Amino acid sequence: MITKEATKAAPAPAHVTADPTRPLKAGRNWDEVPRRHIYLPLSIYLVFTLIPFYWILLFALRPAGSTSLVPWPMTFDHFEKVWTDRSFGTYFQNSVLVGVATLLMTTLVALAGGYALARFDFRVKKAFMLALLCSQFVPGALLLVPLFEIFAELKMINSLGSVIIAETVFQLPLSMILISNFIKNVPYSLEEAAWVDGCNRLTAFRIVVLPLLRPGLIAVGSFAFVHSWNHFLFALMFLNNQSKQTIPVGLNTLMSADSVDLGALAAGGIIAAVPVVIVFAFIQKWLITGFSAGAVKG
Amino acid sequence: MAQAAAVAKPPAPPRRRRASATPRRLPYLLIAPAALLMLGFIAYPVISVFYYSLQNYNPTKPWRNGFAGFDNFVHAFTDDPVFWDTLTFSAKWVVVEVGLQLLFGLALALIVNQTFVGRGLGRAMVFSPWAVSGVLTSAIWVLLYNSQTGITRYLADMGIGSYGTSWLSDTSTVFPAAVVADLWRGVPFFAILILADLQSVSKDLYEAAEVDGASRVKQFWHITLPHLKDAIILSTLLRAVWEFNNVDLLYTLTGGGPAGETTTLPLYIANTSVDAHNFGYASALTAVAFVILLFCSMVYLRLSKFGGTDK
Repeated sequence: MITKEATKAAPAPAHVTADPTRPLKAGRNWDEVPRRHIYLPLSIYLVFTLIPFYWILLFALRPAGSTSLVPWPMTFDHFEKVWTDRSFGTYFQNSVLVGVATLLMTTLVALAGGYALARFDFRVKKAFMLALLCSQFVPGALLLVPLFEIFAELKMINSLGSVIIAETVFQLPLSMILISNFIKNVPYSLEEAAWVDGCNRLTAFRIVVLPLLRPGLIAVGSFAFVHSWNHFLFALMFLNNQSKQTIPVGLNTLMSADSVDLGALAAGGIIAAVPVVIVFAFIQKWLITGFSAGAVKG
Repeated sequence: MAQAAAVAKPPAPPRRRRASATPRRLPYLLIAPAALLMLGFIAYPVISVFYYSLQNYNPTKPWRNGFAGFDNFVHAFTDDPVFWDTLTFSAKWVVVEVGLQLLFGLALALIVNQTFVGRGLGRAMVFSPWAVSGVLTSAIWVLLYNSQTGITRYLADMGIGSYGTSWLSDTSTVFPAAVVADLWRGVPFFAILILADLQSVSKDLYEAAEVDGASRVKQFWHITLPHLKDAIILSTLLRAVWEFNNVDLLYTLTGGGPAGETTTLPLYIANTSVDAHNFGYASALTAVAFVILLFCSMVYLRLSKFGGTDK
């Protein structure tokens, strides 16, 4: 259909390659899609995407018992209640702690391992890569029982450390593969030049490689944070004490109550979403570049 | 002979020499933290699952604990209809979810890859549910599906459907209801990965195709899709494994109900170990799940001849 239009515009048939009257425009191909083919499906999909978000905002902001479809009169009662009475303040602190600690541990450990994989040939490298790939298929959910026993042995049940370790371990394989791909994209000669200038390996890495890794590290780090912020099962299993629990567990408690307080649930949901939304607003640009640079195909 | 080869070989190139100025142990030191963590918290638990699968092991019934041989497996395959039900449901869940997510994700990626006014905002909004957790997705859809205050009430106000419908507690509606909730969060995953891969399609190919008079549909089939092939295969596989394993959403949205209608194998395993404390049997089921995952992954990679066309 598009080519028909193009043919009409240019008198010569489109397959005559040497037609001098045919304007040569870079990327013209992308500009020719009719607008309605973009905006119509996009709008339909956006309705599906956004209604649920609107719904939860509505419930969080309108007074209990209201059936209005606009959150007016607006109230913040649900937020106050869920933050203090339902201990979401405490859950929030715990979740932040778990998220930040997982981010730091994952990034550091994956950076070290990723550097080794990208820059050295060593004897167990193949086996190690294979282990990384295979462990992607090992579901954390299916290892709950043995993990519980390990943490019980280590006296770490009811300590946030258990969740941090478990989250980090299951983030590591993919993070390390991604980071090693990012590092491979940085020419080795840059590092070598820095050595010639008298840097040791660590300084050269810090000054030359690290700044170039920024988009990749941001993608990997935010992944680790968001995953551990969102993840539910480990916290549910390893933390029995209410003062140690995280936000997803708190949400589940609200949902599984006998009579669900919908306003509180919605407000709790918004509290759960805010940090993630902020993280993504900041990193969106880096995310696509980070992904396409590190491409999942290794 | 060996000597000759040694002589013929030039001395290690300067690049290697320089690298080895740092201790030879360095790469091992660098992977040590990751290796130790993975040995302790992935490899060891996996091995212990296989060990326990051959045991009677129930902390609440210690007098029965001990070696069980293949009893757990025999019980699962011959004497446990729930196991088969959950296995069937898992398969249905994974195929439907991954298929629809791939389809919609691909379409979305193609759309937001075009140049249009408001593209940045459009992308941000389309991708946004991806960051939302399984539990929060459940919370949102619990609000939407609620029979008193949910979307059905307003639909009923407009004359569509009837009042008091609760899609999550009716065995005939719970499956599509859960599928839609998970689609809402899952489609952006494919859209993001496919969009990332679309960035690397050379524009020249499309120009050449257009010069040759290839229609847009033909361009899609002959340029875009082959280029995306590897990314699609890999993300489909990762997603299928993920959908199979992930219990967050169904655990909190339906709890596997009503009447066990939406219990996947991992959910059944979790219930068997957490509620029934039957760790031995749960381990046997886990071992079965591992084998199934491994088998399906291998078949899938073989069938799709993953990366087979390169070099």
